[in-house]
Amino acid sequence: MKVWFISLGLAGYIALSSLLVFYFPQSVLAFLLFEASLLFVYYAPLPRRVKLSFAGLVLVVLLPLLGTFNGYYLEVAIQVGIFVALALGLNIVVGFVGLLNLGFVAFYAIGAYLWAIFGSPQANQFLAGAHFPLAPSWFFVFLFLSIAVGAFTGALLGLPVLRLRGDYLAIVTLGFAEVVRALVNNLDKPINLTNGPKGITPIQRPPLFFQPVLEFLGLRLDPAALYPLYFYFLVLLMALLVILVTRRLEDSPIGRAWKAIREDEIAAATMGIPVVRLKLLAFAVGASFASAIGVLFAAKQIFINPESFTFMESIGVLAMVILGGMGSIPGAVLGATAVTVLNLQLLKGLSLWLNTLRQSGIIFSLPLLGSFDLSQIPAQFEPAKYERMVFGLILILMMIFRPQGILPPRRSEGKSDGAA
Amino acid sequence: MELAFSIFFQVLVDGIVLGFMYALIALGYTMVYGVLEFINFAHSEIFVIGAFVGAEMLLMFEATGALAVLHPALVLLLVLLTGMALSGLAAMGLERIAYRPLRGAPRLVPLISAIGASFFLQDFIRLIESLWRNAFYLTYPTLPVLEKSLKLGAAVEVPLKSILVIATALVMLLGLYLFVNRTKVGIAIRAVAQDPDTASLMGIHVNRIIALTFFVGGAMGGVAGVLFGLQYSLISPYSGFVPGLKAFTAAVLGGIGNIPGAVLGGMVLGLMEAFAASYLSLITNGAFGAEYKDVFAFAVLILILIFRPKGLLGEKVREEGA
Repeated sequence: MKVWFISLGLAGYIALSSLLVFYFPQSVLAFLLFEASLLFVYYAPLPRRVKLSFAGLVLVVLLPLLGTFNGYYLEVAIQVGIFVALALGLNIVVGFVGLLNLGFVAFYAIGAYLWAIFGSPQANQFLAGAHFPLAPSWFFVFLFLSIAVGAFTGALLGLPVLRLRGDYLAIVTLGFAEVVRALVNNLDKPINLTNGPKGITPIQRPPLFFQPVLEFLGLRLDPAALYPLYFYFLVLLMALLVILVTRRLEDSPIGRAWKAIREDEIAAATMGIPVVRLKLLAFAVGASFASAIGVLFAAKQIFINPESFTFMESIGVLAMVILGGMGSIPGAVLGATAVTVLNLQLLKGLSLWLNTLRQSGIIFSLPLLGSFDLSQIPAQFEPAKYERMVFGLILILMMIFRPQGILPPRRSEGKSDGAA
Repeated sequence: MELAFSIFFQVLVDGIVLGFMYALIALGYTMVYGVLEFINFAHSEIFVIGAFVGAEMLLMFEATGALAVLHPALVLLLVLLTGMALSGLAAMGLERIAYRPLRGAPRLVPLISAIGASFFLQDFIRLIESLWRNAFYLTYPTLPVLEKSLKLGAAVEVPLKSILVIATALVMLLGLYLFVNRTKVGIAIRAVAQDPDTASLMGIHVNRIIALTFFVGGAMGGVAGVLFGLQYSLISPYSGFVPGLKAFTAAVLGGIGNIPGAVLGGMVLGLMEAFAASYLSLITNGAFGAEYKDVFAFAVLILILIFRPKGLLGEKVREEGA
């Protein structure tokens, strides 16, 4: 009886928030309420199957439907998915094994550039013949290729640095990411590999292989409207796969060994755990997630340049992991969602609101303090640009007040019945 | 080869200037590492605070007309001292708010907090400057005196700016040396670096000494910030990251925790960078140019950390007198 009651309430909430989003397409608040429904689904004391169907309803049906009315929502959802995958990848290295990797974005960049170079005319610059760009269907080949390349570079970086102590390792990974970025920035000569700061464009998008099916069903969608939906489902699929793989790894002997290394490296080694091999594996797995999602990012953006792969991105992903709770999979998902939504919607919303205030020209007077002319708000003060402050505050406040994160991992190693 | 020789002296001066700049910043990293064994990642922003304080003061002098009236030496002294004091205070505040509550936590916790502080401060400086000036890229007002240069022989000219940097850095380094080695407080700093528990048993107020270490390190960073602004003129809230990372490299290169090591590391790195920037393209026939100087510095950092994490001089401060 109770289950029905809660389910009804949840369904009502989802329906209501969807309607709000539908009728107020400009309202950030409405969309936030809608996004919160997933959080309620996660926390609701319901059987797993019911929860999954609710989550499926929201993610597979409602969000894409609402996204067809306001494309920006799909963009936000895609970004969230990308960062969920990145945060889960970093969570393996930072959360499970306890190695602070400050250069995680380098692997993301490697994946993105892998597809950007061969999926655009760029590769003609250094390979003879005009074979490039590769056909769109190669996208899927590169998706798998990038997993291998990411794992390889991850292990390559891991090999020399794993002997280092925690804080030195952090700095070396940071240096590595800066070197990768500098190389990407400068390898437009002597051989033009990356086209330097100008970036690469146009990058091939994945093929619309399902279009005949849609046409058969009588659906005629403009590719311009189709691609965001397509990327949304691709990202959703990849994020779910990453969640699945991480959950499997966490409960496997590998995951247990990782956590043992994190808790006490010497004890773990004494128990016969091959510490170096497992650390390398963690670096490789994390890097392969980032690299694969990088391929997708490049295809979605059509244009990439080194600006997308700065130190700030690495720290942003770190902030997501730490906000959610190091070593916690639901935490990483929540952290990635919360930080992305904060940056893309709340800060931008605040910026827009300030702009309207500025243009309104209202003179606002407070007793004792005098009056303020709202058009005098400095134009350089744009809340949307303060991502670093958000990341910084998250890191400091979490470290001081709640180092275990919002959704800390369960410590008991008993049966894991956690719902995704 | 003729060209290579004619620029040699110029490059040498540039390298020395850069080296002293790195040395001054590196001292902040190394002193804090000495007492707390922790990388103060936000030190690069303390350096930027110094640069902004200097810029704001000079702009204020310019706006009020004081720049034309006051003696340039007095102006420089005032600006340097203010930059020093405010940067030092900012470093102390940083320690109190973001690091002290985390004392005794696992190693990575204060490091993450420090990275957070670094990012927060970057945008905080931007916020204040945006509200105050509606611009956050500032250009240092020029002091006519500093635009002159000193002729040494026929072909060699040394800009007065560079001499100012070198002279100031030397005075600061000498002062720091005397402070750390000849004063009671300096001895207390070294005692805390060696063994905080025993130092506290000997009646040393450890928290106060740690705060003081942050002040001194921050003040050095502040001086470096003002000098950086005077030398390169354009500053932004984000201009600390790369010099900060390089100064950290210098500190590690010399042996982190080791004060003379920081100076040596800074000098080696500064010279290497200046020569790499000027000669790399000559040596490789233009294939690789000055744009690789950052890669060069970070590669040094990675290699040193992997192969000789003790640095050139090792952790002298820790073992001294043990």
